[in-house]
Amino acid sequence: MSQIKPDARHVTSATDSAVSVRNVSKVYGDVQALKDLTLDFPRGELTSLLGPSGCGKTTLLKIIAGLLPATSGEVLINGKAVSGPGPDRSFVFQDFALMPWASVIRNVAFGLELRGVAKSEREAVAEKYIAAVGLAGFEQKFPHQLSGGMRQRVGLARALSVNAEVLLLDEPFSAVDEQTRRKFQEDMLELVQKEKKTFIFVTHSIEEAVYVSDQIAILLPRPSRVSEIIRPSSFRDKGVDNIRRDPEYLDIVDGIWASLRSYVE
Amino acid sequence: MKNRSLMLKLLSALIVFGAWEIAGHIPISYAFPTFLESMAALARMTFDGTIFVAYAETLRPLVVGVAISAVLGIGLGLWIGLSKGFEWLFAPIFIVMQAAPLAALIPILVMIYGIGLTSKVFVVCIMAMPVIVLNTASAVRNTPASLKEMATSFMAADRDVLLKIILPAASPVIFSGLRLGVSAGFIGAILSELKITPTGVGDIITYSRSIADYPSMYAAIFSIILLAVLFLNLLEALENMLFEGNNRGYVSD
Amino acid sequence: MTLFGYKLPALSSLLLWAMVWELVGQLQLTFFVPPFSEVMTTLVSLLPTPAFLQALSVTAAAFGTGVFFAIVIGIPVGILMGKSRILDELLLPWVNIFLSAPLTALVPVLMVLFGFGARTVIITTSLFAIWIIILNARAGVRQINRSLVEMARSFGASPLDAFFKVYFWAALPEILGGVRIGVIRAVKGVIIGQLLISIVGFGALFELYSSKFLMAEFWAVLIVLFGLAFALSEFLAYLEGKVSYYASSRG
Repeated sequence: MSQIKPDARHVTSATDSAVSVRNVSKVYGDVQALKDLTLDFPRGELTSLLGPSGCGKTTLLKIIAGLLPATSGEVLINGKAVSGPGPDRSFVFQDFALMPWASVIRNVAFGLELRGVAKSEREAVAEKYIAAVGLAGFEQKFPHQLSGGMRQRVGLARALSVNAEVLLLDEPFSAVDEQTRRKFQEDMLELVQKEKKTFIFVTHSIEEAVYVSDQIAILLPRPSRVSEIIRPSSFRDKGVDNIRRDPEYLDIVDGIWASLRSYVE
Repeated sequence: MKNRSLMLKLLSALIVFGAWEIAGHIPISYAFPTFLESMAALARMTFDGTIFVAYAETLRPLVVGVAISAVLGIGLGLWIGLSKGFEWLFAPIFIVMQAAPLAALIPILVMIYGIGLTSKVFVVCIMAMPVIVLNTASAVRNTPASLKEMATSFMAADRDVLLKIILPAASPVIFSGLRLGVSAGFIGAILSELKITPTGVGDIITYSRSIADYPSMYAAIFSIILLAVLFLNLLEALENMLFEGNNRGYVSD
Repeated sequence: MTLFGYKLPALSSLLLWAMVWELVGQLQLTFFVPPFSEVMTTLVSLLPTPAFLQALSVTAAAFGTGVFFAIVIGIPVGILMGKSRILDELLLPWVNIFLSAPLTALVPVLMVLFGFGARTVIITTSLFAIWIIILNARAGVRQINRSLVEMARSFGASPLDAFFKVYFWAALPEILGGVRIGVIRAVKGVIIGQLLISIVGFGALFELYSSKFLMAEFWAVLIVLFGLAFALSEFLAYLEGKVSYYASSRG
């Protein structure tokens, strides 16, 4: 069931990786969260980390972000090893992590504020990205005045405003309702096209992963490892309205479910 | 609807003060003046200025004590909240103080510091400090982990995490700790005036009791309770206004 | 806190503080702080003396009675306030006022009305405890799941049945929380009452020791008192924890 099936296309496309994870292990006490994990993230594409809960996908994302140290192995960004958080990566949090005491614009500009960018300059940048995520006019509102979906748009704008090469998204849409989520997914596709950034996207939704990804890495637990890498190809350019009906889309969704089914309690 | 609530409040006050008035007329005790007599005494003390002189005296140890407790208490609380070692060392003292009847320390304080202002300030401090320290420490410890992580992911320095994340996130709970500290400080200030030396409002209470001028005694007590309640309500209103967003900001729908 | 890989138990730092105390006492830095060991030996010899036992029993009796009245009056009043809107609107302002009022100021009134004895101490104790008990019982009733109430009615529960079989139990976690805080306040109330009256219980004992400068005795009584108060509050927190599953089942 769990034999590893390296995908041929994966090997060829790995020539230009923005992020490479090399033999990374993570041990908490006597729990092995990640074991000897190796994975490449092609530049300018969106890669999903998909797997059942407890498979270590968020742990891997936080190791890439530099928020957690790896027990062994290394993470390379453009060939350089990661030792902590850096300006080349920015993170979008599952629970938004917005500062409730700060207005939308201050939240979005926070990354630049920490870098010492002057107020007028950082607010100009923030305004641009607030508009880009569709929240123009909400600059002076506070997080508690926004809906859940709008809050995550603020989180997204904040991550974009520091102009990092790599965007790390930790189940960004899991706390928003189904319809908002679909809209988000459509916007994601557009964003990947427009921003030319590398996206690493953690999700537990199979449909979501297949819908938004250029590459899907399936992670399996106990001990955590990459079991399969899938690169959907044919439905990418058919337009947002047609993806969910595409035969390849449906086949991939079914295939992933077949291989994950036995891991779900 | 707003009218109804106001009417009921007035009605409620009317019932209680009316009962007081009637009980004073029966009278239920030689030492129980009527409501109107007490209010007349209060008006008299207000017009001849006695009450203002008394409050200037009473509020001194309260203000000094609360100020010291606020600075020391928030400082200690931050430290306890940030460092596991400090928590181990200091938190138990304040946890025990929180549960203990600290008023019992007053005789010792009087022995050590005499009957002057120092003792009274001390009483206010020991009453007000534990809740300020414990609230601050738990607020710091309960800073949402994802906010700290967010700041770290943007490469915030430790100083930035403390000043821009931990302190603002903790400030509502710290503020309510201060409010509870002021409330405990009022108890301490009055207790010290009644137990250590009668000064200020405590003096009016003690003196008018000794000459059986009960209306003045009741008036003084009424005024200090009124003052404390009004001030604490004001603080609470200020708290709600300042931290409106903080209380609801984390709810994700 | 861990040291060399061992987890130090909670409150273990108090041992360290006791050692600091001992050191300060041994150095004879101040007359007011005798060594901890001396305080402890005094404590052991003091415990069986009639004066101490009498103060303890008088205090315990006043405390117990005061808490009893606070609970017996406070809980039903709180539940009624939670159920009846008009009662709630009439009483709530007063409950809130007395909750934050410095009740110490009322003790002189109680002294002239009820004398310099146990009655005043009992009433002071009740006054310190009752308001938070009322407020929590009220809050407990107000957040009872509506469907629970409707369930009782749909099965034909009489109002009395509903009161004892639904409201009381559903509000129990909040009620117990209120009782715990109330009891801690009552400990403070009983001591404040005795201190101001100063001729009963521990108040009289403190007066005696401080007038004769018996520091070891004073500290010994303080330790017993603080220890009892702390043990009581921990015990109540433990009890409260035992019924907290009620709250989780509410969803």
